[in-house]
Amino acid sequence: MRDAAAVAAIEKPIGARPTALGAIGVFARRRPLGALGAAIVLGLALAALLAPIIAPYDPLETDFLAQLQPPSAAHLLGADQFGRDVLSRLLYGARTALLVGFCSAFIGATLGALLGVCSAYFGGRVDLLLQRVLEIFLSFPLIVLALAVVAVLGTGIVNVILAITVSITPQVARVIRASALQVRAMPFIESARAVGAGPLRIMLLHMLPNVLAPYLILLTAFLGQAILLEASLSFLGLGVAEPTPAWGLMLRGAGVQFAERAPWLALAPGLAISITVFGFNVFGDALRDALDPRLRVV
Amino acid sequence: MARYILTRLLLMLPTLLGVAVLTFLLLRVVPGDVVTLKYSGEGAYVPRETIEAERERLGLNQPLWKQFVDWVWGVARLDFGTSMWTGRPIAQEIAIRFQLSLQLAIMATLIAVLLALPLGTLAALKQDTWVDYAIRVFSIAGLATPSFWLGIVLILFLLILFRWSPPVTFTPLFEDPLANLSLLIWPALAVGYRYSAVATRMTRSTLLEVLREDYIRTARAKGLRERAVVVRHGLRNALLPVVTVIGLEFAFLIGGLVVTEQVFNLNGLGKLMVEAISRRDYTLTQALTMLGAAVYVVVNFIIDIVYVLLDPRVSYS
Repeated sequence: MRDAAAVAAIEKPIGARPTALGAIGVFARRRPLGALGAAIVLGLALAALLAPIIAPYDPLETDFLAQLQPPSAAHLLGADQFGRDVLSRLLYGARTALLVGFCSAFIGATLGALLGVCSAYFGGRVDLLLQRVLEIFLSFPLIVLALAVVAVLGTGIVNVILAITVSITPQVARVIRASALQVRAMPFIESARAVGAGPLRIMLLHMLPNVLAPYLILLTAFLGQAILLEASLSFLGLGVAEPTPAWGLMLRGAGVQFAERAPWLALAPGLAISITVFGFNVFGDALRDALDPRLRVV
Repeated sequence: MARYILTRLLLMLPTLLGVAVLTFLLLRVVPGDVVTLKYSGEGAYVPRETIEAERERLGLNQPLWKQFVDWVWGVARLDFGTSMWTGRPIAQEIAIRFQLSLQLAIMATLIAVLLALPLGTLAALKQDTWVDYAIRVFSIAGLATPSFWLGIVLILFLLILFRWSPPVTFTPLFEDPLANLSLLIWPALAVGYRYSAVATRMTRSTLLEVLREDYIRTARAKGLRERAVVVRHGLRNALLPVVTVIGLEFAFLIGGLVVTEQVFNLNGLGKLMVEAISRRDYTLTQALTMLGAAVYVVVNFIIDIVYVLLDPRVSYS
């Protein structure tokens, strides 16, 4: 006689829809790396949101008695050359990183997707022209493009976001165009046209939703890239201006100048950047693996 | 085959021309002028006549189209003009730094390829084992770590543990190999690590796809040794996208290593580009952009040729 509980455990109703919690559990077990990435991203978001509450000091508050102090009970990660608490600046820096990262990646990816879909839909001369223009932008390294925009517009957080968006958009457009071309060849597009749908309707309602998978993947991939770019720009002094806490800026101040006296100044922000981008990359990877049926591990 | 190469060569020209026009126009739109920056940048008082005379001398007062035609005509004769800031011939300015950037790029590429191919193959063969996870974490860490930060950490490491810092000046490879390598190996490692990460992931994913194909199953069924199956049949087909990725990253390394050069205090093309842009040195910036675009286009061309060599199906398209 089989135990009733065991039977109930084995026989799940066939039409049962997976609960959200259940889906997360499956995701975590199947793709531990992705779960780790998601955890990092969540932790980062929480740190950024709760920064005013959990930061022990005001990030802008200087204390010249505490200059270049090594990690201690008072300053958990030490203090920089102005006596500002590294931990607090790290936490507030998460806000800057996430803000810049999200804005530029989101705007860049969306613009890029729109451009890619347009290019794929219209084809012919429009496509060729757009391709050439994009290729011109693509032949510049990301950082040079961002640099050029900052040189023109000046520094500051809005200009940084703009600069990074300009770097991201052509790359996204190229990839989305490839996917959109495949979607374009599908019969339901043709039938939509036969029914009389206009180009805007087809592009927005039929093509865009079908390139959602690559769009999401690119979004998460370029989130990491955007944060790296922001750090690089700030490191060069062309990003957010002092005294706004930003991880790249912290590295700039810490660089080779204080290398011997205060090595922890360079380690903390760099580790923060690395772990953050790592988290986003790994999460994006797991997302891609989950959305791509060909790579599914059976 | 010859026709394919010829078409590819011809397609390079519009891109190069487009880059030339775009750079030219963008620079002129940017506020700020090399003359004002050079003379009154420090807040010095300069009489207006001097500034006007200098502008006239540099040819900045001529109509735009004339400036453009003059410049393009010069480029066609391989005369890139002189830098508006220093007055030295541009070819000279670039040549000194090109050697360093090129060597760094080649070293980084070598390190990347030596790391990526074996690691990527191993990860694909042992998918979802701890070996695979370790390699994936290693390569994603390479992508996530800012290479300039890695450079700082390397220098710190050397300073603190070995009390040694890399030489400050650049000596060409054939003059003094030891000094040259001891300067460039560190940035090459920092950049190469990140570079290898991209290539490792690409190798792993394409090899995974290829290994699921039917002809691999046939090869195994025929009784071929596993190594022959993987290398001769699997890798050979998987290498195509990997070659593309490696090529494109290489193109970016020439002139794209702005921050790394800052950290290691290298006098390379990236640093030159930053200086040229911030000084509004039109001729230098244009020359550098054209160089970057030319490298990108040439690398793409080489990749296309390699495609034809690796995959016979391509030349008939």
